[in-house]
Amino acid sequence: MARRTRPDPISDSPESTAKDPNPAAAGLMASEDEDTLIGRTVTINRPARELYEFWRDLRNLPLFMENIESITVIDARRSHWKVKGPADSSVEWDSLITEDIPGELIAWESAEGTSVPNSGRIEFRASDNGRGTVVTATIAYDPPAGALGKMFAKMFQREPKIQARRDLRRFKQLMETGEISTSAPVEVFP
Amino acid sequence: MRALTWQGKHDVRVETVPDPEILNPRDVIIRITSTAICGSDLHLYDHTIPGMKDGDILGHEFMGEVVETGSSDHKLKVGERVVVPFVIACGGCFFCKKQQFAACDNSNPAETADASEIAYGYPMAAAFGYSHLTGGYAGGQAEYARVPFADVGPIVVPDGIDDDKVLFLSDILPTGWMAAVNCDIEPGDTVAVWGCGPVGLFAVQSALLLGAHRVIAIDHHPRRLQLARNLGAEIIDFEQVQVREALAEMTGGIGPDACIDAVGMESHGFTPDNLLDHVKVKTFMATDRVHALRQVILATRKGGRVSIPGVYGGVADKFPIGALMEKGLTIKSGQTHVQKFMPQLLQMILDDKLDTTFLISHRLDLEDAALGYKNFKEKQNEYTKVVLKPGSGIQTRH
Repeated sequence: MARRTRPDPISDSPESTAKDPNPAAAGLMASEDEDTLIGRTVTINRPARELYEFWRDLRNLPLFMENIESITVIDARRSHWKVKGPADSSVEWDSLITEDIPGELIAWESAEGTSVPNSGRIEFRASDNGRGTVVTATIAYDPPAGALGKMFAKMFQREPKIQARRDLRRFKQLMETGEISTSAPVEVFP
Repeated sequence: MRALTWQGKHDVRVETVPDPEILNPRDVIIRITSTAICGSDLHLYDHTIPGMKDGDILGHEFMGEVVETGSSDHKLKVGERVVVPFVIACGGCFFCKKQQFAACDNSNPAETADASEIAYGYPMAAAFGYSHLTGGYAGGQAEYARVPFADVGPIVVPDGIDDDKVLFLSDILPTGWMAAVNCDIEPGDTVAVWGCGPVGLFAVQSALLLGAHRVIAIDHHPRRLQLARNLGAEIIDFEQVQVREALAEMTGGIGPDACIDAVGMESHGFTPDNLLDHVKVKTFMATDRVHALRQVILATRKGGRVSIPGVYGGVADKFPIGALMEKGLTIKSGQTHVQKFMPQLLQMILDDKLDTTFLISHRLDLEDAALGYKNFKEKQNEYTKVVLKPGSGIQTRH
């Protein structure tokens, strides 16, 4: 999709809150295919360094990211991701860390040729009012098989925006309480 | 174990269900010795709160003995007696650190938090036995319950003290207390309380303890009004008296300084606005009937305070926004920050400054819980509070 043109924004809010968000304006090195931008901010009552370090060890991510089947760390910058898709499918890609500022920021993008081009950034900013760390995730992606794929994903609750919201909630729970909240009842028929 | 389960509107049954298990390190399991039916359980019984599933275990007012602890470093020990707050709170988030426990960011599981985020703008905290909007946690009208974040919520009570004296620390006593605290009572103040159910009666008691000059209680059940009078309130029977005119006359034309809506969305009355509300609710043009709250806002004196412990869940029609703004009222509301108020209220009970046992009208075995629901709903004058005692063998005539 061709990049939209519009007047320079005057709002101080993040690009992801725009009515027509533009991944490039959000500072992501997005490819032309990545036409969907989502962003979500949570405040976590722990130090930025601790949150960054937990996240930077990519092996921790499946603890709170529900749709990840596996993450294999290849080297300091490269990793291989296998993620659940709609209806028992799965999507795989290699991801490359493009920017890494300890205690502050991790940015990544998918390697060339993946079926789901995506890029993103997670930022950890010490709050200036004593409330811990303001954590912002920004992700640009191209939904698989366009709108139809997104609809399927939504039916299976894997629509990336819902998924990101829930994953960040679980990350916050784990960091602030040491566990992930659950009310799962005991199975009557195991 | 045996537990009271929700099966649909006006259909609750005691059934045999799997025992709860420790799921997280900070959990404990308690064996329940006393558990009460709350007025807000009737919202679930009437199915006016969405998000219920067949088989859900109800109950958010309970206490008992710790029988198992999770793997974290617990301050609670097996064998200790605890009262459990109905609000589940983590103790570590921004809101818990501010003692706004009912706003906890972490107790509602990530999946169930979506519903309240969409409905209210931000996800709400979890509660026991109160629909999947607040997390879908199994409740305490059962023989056993799993209690998450047990290092934050439950309060240990001394061995010698009877369950009936401390059980209401779980919800209605702190709820009545917070309702009165939210009135910001000043010397000389008159506080009017709509609804003499358990929360209203504890609000009457709390307002007097917090220094109200006078408390005026409003209801239509003679026994409930008598209980309010016994606590030291003046009373108004709204079936016999024009409430707003009565309040103005009784306060020298000034009006009550603070008013408490302890009725919530189930308010009764056969006034035109209430009947119209009923039609709108039935046709889904509105969800909450707010007759009592309208009257509260109109009755409060200029510059006065309105406190709303009564439960609302959705949107209301004909809300008197003009009276609210022009009179310069202050409104405070919310689910109760139970954990914040429990220690001081327990101390007042232990010091004999506060007695809550007057409220209990019926004690039943857990097996008779369904009868307790039916009578609490249909015989409100007689049934002021039902306490269930699992395994007690108390015989009740059916």
